[in-house]
Amino acid sequence: MVEVGVKIVLSLTQIAVVMGVVLLTVMFLTLAERKVLGWMQDRMGPMEVGPYGILQPVADGLKLFFKEDIVPAGANKFLFSMAPLLALVPALIGFAVIPFGPDLTVEVFGVQFKPFVISDINVGILYILAFTSIGAYGIILGGWASNSKYSLLGGLRSAAQVISYELNVGLAIVGVLLLAGSLSLVKITEAQTGWFWNWFIFAPPFPQIFAFVVYFISAVAETNRLPFDLPEAESELVAGFFTEYSGMRFAFFFLAEYANMILVSCIAAALFLGGWNAPAPFLQFHGSLAHLLWLSATIWFAVKVYFFLFLFFWLRATLPRLRYDQLMRFGWKVMLPIALGNILITAIAAYLFPRG
Amino acid sequence: MTGSEPLLDYLGRYFSIVLFIGIALAFGVVTLLISYLVQPKYPEAEKLSPYECGSEPFSDARMPFPVRYYIFAMLFVIFDIEVIFLYPWAVVFDKIGLVGLVEMLVFIGLFLMAYVYAWKKGALEWD
Repeated sequence: MVEVGVKIVLSLTQIAVVMGVVLLTVMFLTLAERKVLGWMQDRMGPMEVGPYGILQPVADGLKLFFKEDIVPAGANKFLFSMAPLLALVPALIGFAVIPFGPDLTVEVFGVQFKPFVISDINVGILYILAFTSIGAYGIILGGWASNSKYSLLGGLRSAAQVISYELNVGLAIVGVLLLAGSLSLVKITEAQTGWFWNWFIFAPPFPQIFAFVVYFISAVAETNRLPFDLPEAESELVAGFFTEYSGMRFAFFFLAEYANMILVSCIAAALFLGGWNAPAPFLQFHGSLAHLLWLSATIWFAVKVYFFLFLFFWLRATLPRLRYDQLMRFGWKVMLPIALGNILITAIAAYLFPRG
Repeated sequence: MTGSEPLLDYLGRYFSIVLFIGIALAFGVVTLLISYLVQPKYPEAEKLSPYECGSEPFSDARMPFPVRYYIFAMLFVIFDIEVIFLYPWAVVFDKIGLVGLVEMLVFIGLFLMAYVYAWKKGALEWD
């Protein structure tokens, strides 16, 4: 029974660390976004709270925490309160199967323990797809329960957009699965070790660059970020599905959006850019420093994730919002055929030139 | 529990996930609860009325909406199920050889037929 106790304690510590890191990253992403947008528009961004505005997210968080939670008249109170949780929880628990570092096993009090992945289940990517889909319920229920026209329209738009692009995400991933032969993110990452040309974005027999582009554009659309932020298009829908939300519930939708951004960036890094693998083997700690491999590996993983997060902000600063009919046409008539064609070509190429 | 027993190991992996779900849920509930306890509560009719650019809200907010949304939802369900069928095939692709490839080409052919039909019928048009 001691082993079970040790295992629970280890798991709890791991989960606490992962959730802490994710929530801290979310906090400072909000600042980073405002800073990056500011610099791109030749402004300074937030400067008042703390040196260079570094404490701005703390001030924002505290303010939202102490704000009144307004439940609009005529709202469905139960669903209105549940919706933010339904959006936030799936965004957080997706991190359970992300390998943040090498697949090491250490023994702590006789218990086998993998420090860099909470749970290496063999259906990892399916698990993430399944749970991120639940997040869409939070959005549409929040929109419907608010009893506001803007919220309802925003929620409907969002649901239609999320499911349309979910399909493309699902199709884009199949190409990688064909090459990796596993649904476990740990195994997919391990299949990309060595030089950067082993990363699935460049890998023979058929580089998954098309799948990568489809995946990333769909991921931007799924997280409701610009240029696909029609659900919350502030110039026409006020704030979309969270028009009526205030205080901590509003903050939860915000947290969910940013946590989802981090999650899709992690998946993009793990599936297409080799996860924690360095571009060249000598850029990891090796030889006499091999016991520090985990350090350079987690740094490489973080670098890739932050690159994607920066890309999100960059897109926001650069591109104007799409029209809704353009958005749906682009998803169904451009992305879907590309993703399907990628599967066909990858399958034929993988049959003719099998990997190792 | 030694870790070498496959079933226990298998269940152990899902145990961490269940634990994570529980903690994420508890984090959300507890945060909302504490915030509920410390926040001011001064509800009034004006404040509680749904936002409508300052005018009095007219008619019910839960109004009818275009049937388009349902069509796209149904297309999604159909196509997404087909996509899920591709996953197990992709995972064992290198073990099933030519038969697997040809079978899946037929399957994707059927997928494409449904897709082209939906396109020609105008189901993919938003306007």
